[in-house]
Parts: sequence; structure tokens; C-alpha cells
Amino acid sequence: MYVEPGTHLMQGDEAIVEGALIAGCRFFAGYPITPATEIAERMSRRMPQVGGVFMQMEDELASIMAIIGASWAGRKSMTATSGPGYSLMQEGLGYAIITETPIVIVDVQRGGPSTGLVTLPSQGDVMQARWGSHGDYATIALAPSSAQDMFDLAIKAFNLAETYRNPVIILADEVIAHVREPVKVPPYEEIEIVERRRPSVPPEEYIPYLPDPGEWVAPMPAFGEGYNVLVESVMHDEFGHRIGTDHVAAERTIKRIYYKIEKNVDKIAMYEKRYMEDAEVAVVAYGSTARTALRAVREARNQGIKAGLIRMITLWPFYDHLIEETANQVKAIIVPEMNMGKIVREVDRASKGQAKVMSVPKVGGVLHHPDEILAVIKSAVR
Amino acid sequence: MLPEAEFEHVLAKKYMRTEIMPHAFCPGCGLGIIERMILMAFEELGQEEWDRTVFVSGIGCSGWTPLYFRRDAAHTLHGRALAFATALKASRPDLNVIVVMGDGDSMGIGGNHLIHAARRNIGITAIIATNMLYSLTGGQMSPTTPEGAKTNTTPYGNIEPNFDLMELLKAAGATYLARWTTYHFIQAKNSIKKAVKHKGFAAIEIVFQCPTYAGRYILNRPDPRDMMQWFKENSIPLGVAKNKSPEELRGKIIVGEYLHRTDRKEYTERLRELEERAKGKGR
Repeated sequence: MYVEPGTHLMQGDEAIVEGALIAGCRFFAGYPITPATEIAERMSRRMPQVGGVFMQMEDELASIMAIIGASWAGRKSMTATSGPGYSLMQEGLGYAIITETPIVIVDVQRGGPSTGLVTLPSQGDVMQARWGSHGDYATIALAPSSAQDMFDLAIKAFNLAETYRNPVIILADEVIAHVREPVKVPPYEEIEIVERRRPSVPPEEYIPYLPDPGEWVAPMPAFGEGYNVLVESVMHDEFGHRIGTDHVAAERTIKRIYYKIEKNVDKIAMYEKRYMEDAEVAVVAYGSTARTALRAVREARNQGIKAGLIRMITLWPFYDHLIEETANQVKAIIVPEMNMGKIVREVDRASKGQAKVMSVPKVGGVLHHPDEILAVIKSAVR
Repeated sequence: MLPEAEFEHVLAKKYMRTEIMPHAFCPGCGLGIIERMILMAFEELGQEEWDRTVFVSGIGCSGWTPLYFRRDAAHTLHGRALAFATALKASRPDLNVIVVMGDGDSMGIGGNHLIHAARRNIGITAIIATNMLYSLTGGQMSPTTPEGAKTNTTPYGNIEPNFDLMELLKAAGATYLARWTTYHFIQAKNSIKKAVKHKGFAAIEIVFQCPTYAGRYILNRPDPRDMMQWFKENSIPLGVAKNKSPEELRGKIIVGEYLHRTDRKEYTERLRELEERAKGKGR
């Protein structure tokens, strides 16, 4: 039923599907879009084999609403798209946020704006992943750097979505989606899978948006189980009842859905440090750019420069502590990104002036050359 | 606030979230009648059917309709109710999924989802409450506003022809279709019963009175009773309408059961067959 434990040669898009199925994903809805189409194609073949439902919807507005509907039917659910489709999904993303619906959205980034660079990679959607839908909320966004990450982060994404009853976005890019490399599938019993917390109280005592003591979210029943739940897009109280102009209840709801993510950043944040022990200059990178950055850091080390790499796996919520700690250690932080300089703004903010922050933007649909990053590393220590 | 006793109606006590009532509809609004049609249909269908019924709605006055029922209900986004409902039905074919939408919700912003739900012939009951304009935002032109009508966005008269929902959905592939008005209570209730039992995409359009906007702007009848009288006088049964010219039918509401097909397989049945075919195939 699942891909067998062991090492397999897999494409990123293939790995993310297999990871999602192992995580328990049993509903996928999507709309064809380059360079994310392979995910839908593979899901269409694999999903019915594991007893799940695949649906090709009429557009991305429908795709995201479908996975929210499926989630309330009790199924772990996912969609995959690229920039133009992700833009359309922003309204549904807001609905998932306010109704606290666990879903996983994969955005295989391509160059924008608009239809843009259809077949070429980009990291242009990183801010959209944080701020794309209107209103105040928090999201979780993960950035894979390899086919292995696509497999592992698919599982992590479902676990986080269930833990926080929140959408989780996997910000891949065209390179990672199409790269074909070895993926290690651990024995199934070693894979941690978070199942949905179901109400333990009878329906008349259940309150759908009131977390149990010590918890950030309420347990979640499925439709048809007798809990008579209200899945309400209008600002609502803990019962799901519309609250009109009750600003006190509105503030309570907004702050809870915001803080359940932001205050758990140290639990959600994942990162990788390379050569950082004695580093005097740090490269902070994510996604496919982190691979180029690692090459540049190694080259710098060969030339006697104490450079290190921080690969951010969790982009949102932004882990200020990690950057502050790094800024206190190094003279300069270099942030290469396949955009005009986006996450660098967060790095600059979080470093609180303790290190020089340098942006290495790259647009047009091509990866940085390691020498471009190396040149900035050299200039930083000169 | 109305006195407590007002909610002690047998249907309200049995089926509704009386704790959040009175509801938010304007005095004289026809949506209360549509709520009652739905509840009467289930009173006759029986508890077993009610127990496996869930509701989905969009945004607009009509979107509030099922939120007062003591069942699982999703108040989704403007136009997107059917996308949510499609996945719900595909995931849980055993449930009766009833979607309540308005005319702008279903035919305007949600038009694409509407035709595709019909094309798939997925077993959803869509109750489309038509009041001929957008009311929640204060009376603007909708896809069912009559030509020439003055609304807050058609101050010189509406120049756009309107959709005929029945013809639209017939072409798109729906398999049960009916249109009534709030005046036709019994007929509409019976159509809802049939639709719930029907295997396939069923849509019932119910033209209802919005005395606040449509009554004042379009029909020049701000009294809801006058509006229902107008529905009575201007409705023509489908059978009678067949023998009338387009000129004679202009401005009339053609009511009746438009379609009841059983020759198209329902979507979730196809889905089950697909699952059987997929099993045992290699990764």
C-alpha cells in the first residue's frame, strides 16, 4: 500500500505524495498547474489505492474549499498548486484559519508576478505564505530543500496541521519538485504520526472552538457524528456563533488563532546548522537556495573563511531567537533568496542590529551560482 | 427580543438552535418560510433521514438559513458552498448533504462550482433561494434581477438579461430540478423530499420575497403579503407555460418539477467503482 521502507530514487513531487499517504492523507483536490501537476497526477493514481478520494476540481478556489470540506468529513486532506493557484487559494486559506481546519497546501513556487515564469523556480511566495489572506492570523510554512525533505516535511506538515488545527503550507519550488534523488523511507513504526484529537465529551457538552485547559485548540469532530458543529466563516465565539459587533469576543478569537502559532514557535521551528560552531559569517538560506549556499560556505571554508550555514526549514512562524542568537555570534548574515529580498527583512528585524545583514537577491528563474554567494561572504569578512 | 414562547413551536423545539434565535432575517422575509419547508420535509421524511443530514451554505442572507438547524453546518464563503459540499459528499456518501445558497451566491460568484456540481451529478440537494437581487449588501443587481429593474447598482434600469437556472442546470447535467415560490409551500416541500431521496445532483429554486429591497425596488410591493400575492398571480405551471409564447411568459415565474432523470450515474457511485478498479494496481 505504501512505499516500502528503504532507500528509493524518487522525484520531489513523488516523495511528497508518498509522505502524505503515510501521514494519513485520504483526500486530495487539485487543479493542473505547472510545476505542481505531477503531485496531482500521482495522487490520482495512488489515492484510490489506499482508499482515499482524489478529485480534480474546476479551479483552485474549489480545490482549497474541497480539502476543507473533506477535513470536516474526518479526512486528512491536501492540495498542491503553484503561484497563480496559490493566489486564488488565499480566500479559502482564510476560511481554514478562522474555522481552525487542519489542511496541507503545497505551493511549488515558480517565477511571478502573474502567469510569470511557468517552468522556472522562484522563492517569490514566501511573504504571501505569511500574509496572503486578509485579516490577522498566523500560518505555518515549511521549506523543503531536497526530495528527502519533500517526504519528511509532508508528514511533519500533517502532524503540525492536526496539532494546531491550522493550515500548513509547504513552500517547495520547481527545482525541489523535479529533483530526482535518493529518499530514505524509515520503518513505518519509527514514523511519528499525529492523529486528530476527537472530542471525549458528549455532543451537548462539546464547544468546537474552546480549547481544553492547557491546550491551544479544541478537539475536532467530523460531520455526521452528532456534534452539531458550526463551521463559521463569520467572526464567531467559542461555540461558533456569529458575534456581530461584540469586539471583546472577536479580539479573543483573533488573538487565540494568532498566538496558538506564534507562541509555539520554539516547538514548530525546524532548522539545520552547518559549520556554525566557530563561524564569523553566516549564510541564512532555505529551499533549493540552501543547497547552493552550502556549496558557497564549503568553498569559503576551503579559502580559510569561517563561514557557516543556517538552513531554515520552518519559515513561518519566524524563529526570531535563532536569528538573534546567530547575530550575536557572527559579524555578518548573508541571505540569498530567489526573490528581490524578502526573508532578509525578517532576518534584519530579528538580528536587532547585532550583525550586518546582506541580501543576495536572484530573480529571473535561475538558481544562484555558488560564486555569487561566495563573493558576498568574502566581501563581508574583508 | 421576542418572548420565549415564540420559539416553542413544535418544529423549532425539535430541529432548531433556539438559543441563538430570534434569527437575523428582516420582518416578512421569505427565508423563514424556506426554513419551514425544509423542516416540514424532514418531519415527513423521518428522524433517520434527519440524523444523517448535514448542511452547507454560502454567504448572503440565504446563507444564514441552515445555521439555525441543530445539525452540523458549514457557513462557507461567498459562492464556494458547493465546493465544500462536493468534498463532504465524496468523503461521506452516506450523508444527506443539503446546500442552501442565494441567487448571487450560486449563479454569480459561485456559477462555476454550480455547473460543475451538476456536471458531476454528485448527490447533493441544492436549495437555491432567489430574491432577484443582493440583499445583504443593500439591494444590488444580481444574475436574476429582471431586465429593466432599478436597483442600487442599476439606477437607470438593469440592462442585463438574467439566468434561467432550470435551463442552465438541465444543460449542465443535473438530474432533479424544480422551481417554486414561497407561495407554493406544499409543492416546494414535496420537491425537497424528492430531492433528498434522489441519487444525483438535485436543485430546487425557490423564489422568495425580500420585502426590504426586492419588494420596494423591483415589484413596488413593500408588503410581504403583497409580494406573495404577486408570486401567486405571476406563476405559471410548467405544463401551461408550454403552450404560451415568449411574450406571454415575459416577467412570469414558471413553476413545477422540471426534470427527474435516473439515467445518469451519481458521482460517488462512480467513485466507489473507480476505487475497486484502482485496488491491486502497482505503485
